[in-house]
Amino acid sequence: MAQGEIGISKLVLIGGSAGSLEALLDIVSNLDSAMQIPIILVLHRKSSSDSLLSDLLSTKTKIAVKEIEDKEKVQAAHIYVAPGDYHILFEADGTVALDDSEKVNYSRPSIDVAFESAAEIYGASLCCMLLSGANSDGTNGLRYVKERKGVAIAQAPQAAEVAFMPQNAIDNRVVDYVLDNKEIANYLNRLNAEKA
Amino acid sequence: MRTEIHITEEQLQLLLNSLWDLYGYDLNNYSKASLTRRVTRLMALDRFPSFAELLYKVKSDKHYLKHLIEEITVNVTEMFRDPPFYKALRNLVLPEIASKPFIRIWHAGCATGEEVFSMAILLHECNLLNKSLLYATDINPDVVEKAKKGIFPISQMKEYSENYMASGGTGDFSQYYTAKYDHVIFNKSLRERMIYSTHNLVSDSSFNEFQLVICRNVLIYFDKDLQSRVFELFDNSIEQLGYLALGAKETLKFSGIYPKYKQVEKEKIWRKEK
Ligand SMILES: C[S@@+](CC[C@H](N)C(=O)[O-])C[C@H]1O[C@@H](n2cnc3c(N)ncnc32)[C@H](O)[C@@H]1O
Repeated sequence: MAQGEIGISKLVLIGGSAGSLEALLDIVSNLDSAMQIPIILVLHRKSSSDSLLSDLLSTKTKIAVKEIEDKEKVQAAHIYVAPGDYHILFEADGTVALDDSEKVNYSRPSIDVAFESAAEIYGASLCCMLLSGANSDGTNGLRYVKERKGVAIAQAPQAAEVAFMPQNAIDNRVVDYVLDNKEIANYLNRLNAEKA
Repeated sequence: MRTEIHITEEQLQLLLNSLWDLYGYDLNNYSKASLTRRVTRLMALDRFPSFAELLYKVKSDKHYLKHLIEEITVNVTEMFRDPPFYKALRNLVLPEIASKPFIRIWHAGCATGEEVFSMAILLHECNLLNKSLLYATDINPDVVEKAKKGIFPISQMKEYSENYMASGGTGDFSQYYTAKYDHVIFNKSLRERMIYSTHNLVSDSSFNEFQLVICRNVLIYFDKDLQSRVFELFDNSIEQLGYLALGAKETLKFSGIYPKYKQVEKEKIWRKEK
């Protein structure tokens, strides 16, 4: 892993679909509780399970976990969950905007939409990760993240419950690193340590 | 593979300035992130090779404006979207306004009308439709025209019927429409209680007093300043003890009018109490 590249990310987005919940719980439980870098989770799921998901994640970490709201400013030391049934977009002033336009890749929130919008604003200071899933959502987003000099990471397909989504990104050559769950947590912890 | 041209903040501003200068359309307080995405999409859709060509088209062809407004606003909607919301209207709001001699409801940002027809069905089942009027408005003239007709694709009826039942519907959903080929037309008895018109929440003022104002999934496209202005407009349009209903991810909480309102249980519905 290129040491020089680490430490510039100011925002981390993690996209996941089928089979990503287990991985997330695993990753989150291994995060440094002094994590300052905001992390936003963009997950395909039924819209009704919003608070359930934050509650579940809260049991695994001391970092504040909450569903992000429309026009809310992204703050340090938070893990946010993007709400179901809306796309999440990023504004230049550090806030987010929700959007209920057409589904993309049969999904809302769409990971592509979130990654592309974040890349637009955060450029080189964005890190995006793609976890388990049966959908090709996320690949185009990672491509754009890389175009804008951000860091693109895929969960190692053998570590993913459903390998298709991260494998698709790898096959399309849009990722910088392929990491298993433990390595993903370590990567984020190092990112945080270098930032401090 | 990706051919999309992403526009910059400066380019978006140039476009917004032209829309204001040439046509008096003020989109300056819309979410920039959403506009950027919609303009990018429009450029791909209409195959503009560069932003300059889009800008030229906007400046030189006034007919293009209508299309542009249609494409950059998001008009996605459903019948009985968020069934629990309609259940709350049915059980907590309608009983409170049922004793009024006359009921006026405003759907602001009605899109293609699915929400308005849902409301009319609800009123019908509560025996209130014959003394109600549903005012439905939107900035986009094209969707207003569609809404008026009450014609929707038949392919969506299964989902809408499920939503309807989940919202506490008491009848058979299919009694409300007649199927023709690949579409359905909703009953005249529903349509004749509706008044459709264009209305721009940015620049037009209040036009009546209502017992209930419904504005769902419109404010998310506005910045905080515009949201506050629109809340004032709604406050001026809601009578004492009337209601304001918002979308699943919208709130009155941070607005200036908040102290006058009381939330109805945990729903996105507030009642004007002062
Ligand atoms: C996503 S749709 C919401 C439809 C419906 N209320 C729902 O929740 O299903 C948003 C609507 O707001 C309309 N809109 C956007 N800007 C507006 C404005 N300034 N004044 C009135 N309507 C506006 C759009 O044209 C669009 O039809």
